[in-house]
Amino acid sequence: MSAVEKTEKTERLSVLKTYKLYVGGKFPRSESGRVYEVTDPKGKWLANAPLSSRKDARDAVVAARKAFGGWSGATAYNRGQILYRVAEMLEGRKEQFVREVADAEGLSKAKAAAQVDAAIDRWVWYAGWTDKIAQVVGGGNPVAGPFFNLSTPEPTGVVAVLAPQESSFLGLVSVIAPVIATGNTAIVIASERSPLPALSLGEVLATSDLPGGVVNVLSGKTAEIAAPLAAHQDVNAIDLAGADDVLAKELEIAAADNLKRVVRPQAVDYSATPGIDRMTAFLETKTVWHPTGSLGASGSSY
Amino acid sequence: MASAFEYAPAPESRTVVDIAPSYGLFIDGEFTEAADGKVFKTVSPSTEEVLSEVAQAGTEDVDRAVKAARKAFEKWSALPGAERAKYLFRIARIIQERSRELAVLETLDNGKPIKETRDADLPLVAAHFFYYAGWADKLDHAGFGANPKPLGVAGQVIPWNFPLLMLAWKIAPALATGNTVVLKPAETTPLSALFFADICRQAGLPKGVVNILPGYGDTGAALVEHPDVNKVAFTGSTAVGKAIARQVAGTNKKVTLELGGKGANIVFDDAPIDQAVEGIVTGIFFNQGQVCCAGSRLLVQESIQDELLDSLKRRVSTLRLGDPLDKNTDIGAINSAEQLARITSLAEQGEAEGAERWSPACELPTSGYWFAPTLFTNVTQAHTIARDEIFGPVLSVLTFRTPDEAVAKANNTQYGLSAGIWTEKGSRILAVANKLRAGVIWSNTFNKFDPTSPFGGYKESGFGREGGRHGLEAYLAPSSPKGER
Repeated sequence: MSAVEKTEKTERLSVLKTYKLYVGGKFPRSESGRVYEVTDPKGKWLANAPLSSRKDARDAVVAARKAFGGWSGATAYNRGQILYRVAEMLEGRKEQFVREVADAEGLSKAKAAAQVDAAIDRWVWYAGWTDKIAQVVGGGNPVAGPFFNLSTPEPTGVVAVLAPQESSFLGLVSVIAPVIATGNTAIVIASERSPLPALSLGEVLATSDLPGGVVNVLSGKTAEIAAPLAAHQDVNAIDLAGADDVLAKELEIAAADNLKRVVRPQAVDYSATPGIDRMTAFLETKTVWHPTGSLGASGSSY
Repeated sequence: MASAFEYAPAPESRTVVDIAPSYGLFIDGEFTEAADGKVFKTVSPSTEEVLSEVAQAGTEDVDRAVKAARKAFEKWSALPGAERAKYLFRIARIIQERSRELAVLETLDNGKPIKETRDADLPLVAAHFFYYAGWADKLDHAGFGANPKPLGVAGQVIPWNFPLLMLAWKIAPALATGNTVVLKPAETTPLSALFFADICRQAGLPKGVVNILPGYGDTGAALVEHPDVNKVAFTGSTAVGKAIARQVAGTNKKVTLELGGKGANIVFDDAPIDQAVEGIVTGIFFNQGQVCCAGSRLLVQESIQDELLDSLKRRVSTLRLGDPLDKNTDIGAINSAEQLARITSLAEQGEAEGAERWSPACELPTSGYWFAPTLFTNVTQAHTIARDEIFGPVLSVLTFRTPDEAVAKANNTQYGLSAGIWTEKGSRILAVANKLRAGVIWSNTFNKFDPTSPFGGYKESGFGREGGRHGLEAYLAPSSPKGER
């Protein structure tokens, strides 16, 4: 008998995953070198997640700003393709997310699967919006004069998103997708207690043709990371979904400093089909006037 | 000034307006004194003549007005849209009937030329009420979901540069959507809003649907802070806009802000020069430059700088400054002594920082608040006059070489309200318009407004849009599905 056959069968030691941030298309550890323990609702240790610092937040803003020109300038069709691609990639890695969501939220496998399915479908829903929102919220205006007058929606810029605390994946996707569908770039603070699905989503986004920096995912203490984002002069908007009322007020006051667009925390049923409010909240309306060339003797021209 | 044409003066008759020696607050359909009896005087900026004494609303009055609006809201919001529409149509019609009276009144109280109140402000005021009247019974089709709901009581604070037009922008969409209103006009221009109160009475508008509270900043702050106000709408300075954004933090109040601007008027080398010059003049001298979307930065392509500036100076030299009631007057009075001091100080700072100042030979009247049309050349992006909103007839001229440079310079501001593009090349218009971060872009034209056309800013020029279908959103509850929280 050979030596190999003599070896007793032992249970294989699994390879644990080091969860990392997703910033600028790369997977850095927190600049601070800090991590915190993530547990399931029963207190069982799941992994260590990066405990992001304000420097990580600032780095993410730089990455999001850098990505804004290309992403907002991409065709709506292209953005739709990429959002759909996210759904495709998620579908292939569904098992992983079902497990992570079940662990994170203490759900049965069936319930977690329903959440993940809904989240995938949500990407598909928003993929279809990218090239329709302009027609729904924009259009020609019948002004009383010889002018061609057109209103088009444009992304407002860099959006800080505090992901909902309770819904670690469906809620997360429900606040990210509308922001980027319309051409904004995002810095997302994952659910403080259940950040792992968000950090894994970063890996999916990185392989979904989404340009680096369009979505940046940070984990850690929501209040700690959100404060510098709300005060940041190069952030244009903030979604306070994951803030409690006290933190939300504090952040809204800080956000007033450069007149950020603010979405306040509100009751949302994430399982229902979303309205378009989360898209329009981060859109500007640009109206362009041009003379129609009625140059007759009766009217002034330009 | 020698001129090819000598115009005889043609002052509009003041007899069409009967200004009472004093006015009260308009609360729950009645004119009433302020609870603490406070009053203030409103003067004509062109003569410094006291026009009237106006009650000044305090906290107690704000509370009374909000209560009246809250009470009126129940019935007003429950009214069929078609009935609300008819009230708004009535108001629009009465404004048209009384437009000469209102135009003269506005010119007296604000100092702007009768040419502008008569031909721009008043027609637009009536048009806004007509436009939103038609929406009142069609809200299901406005794109905010079926059966959209009003918010409740709207607290509205408006500026002095277009007193009646800003009132129309605020009140018409609020009423069409079923909200009731407490509006604070600016302390220097309260009269047309009080005349509007009378129009509401003539139109038989239910009591309490519209309440008018003249006062200063503290009145506005009390209104914004009032716990029973559901919606805050403000047009004014960015500094006050930020204060309001802080005040409403942590509340459920919906807010829209129309704030300052530092609009760039970009002239390319292939632009039709004569038309561009007209547009530049309209952009910065319309309403004495006291316009948030004024084209206060001229960005001219270097190769045509001399030609354009020669033309511009020639044209500016023909502007007539003086009696705002003379229909030949192009430039009227600055709205207040305070505003004149601000413009004067910023212009002096422009000189001190090394920019070159030019004004045409221009005699200023001896009484009232006046500022000659002024150009600054040799301006760089670092100059205060290229960054701060002056809100007066002062144009800063900068140059550029390439379209990319023009875009970069135009966008180099914390504001994002308006911009102008002058070129004969259509593709260039579209490419540049696409890259400009501003809410309104006028190409080969400037300072055009229409009730069907949404208006509002990017960045620190505020949020929300007024006008058009977009303007309804500010007064309707969001449509997202709600869960438990």
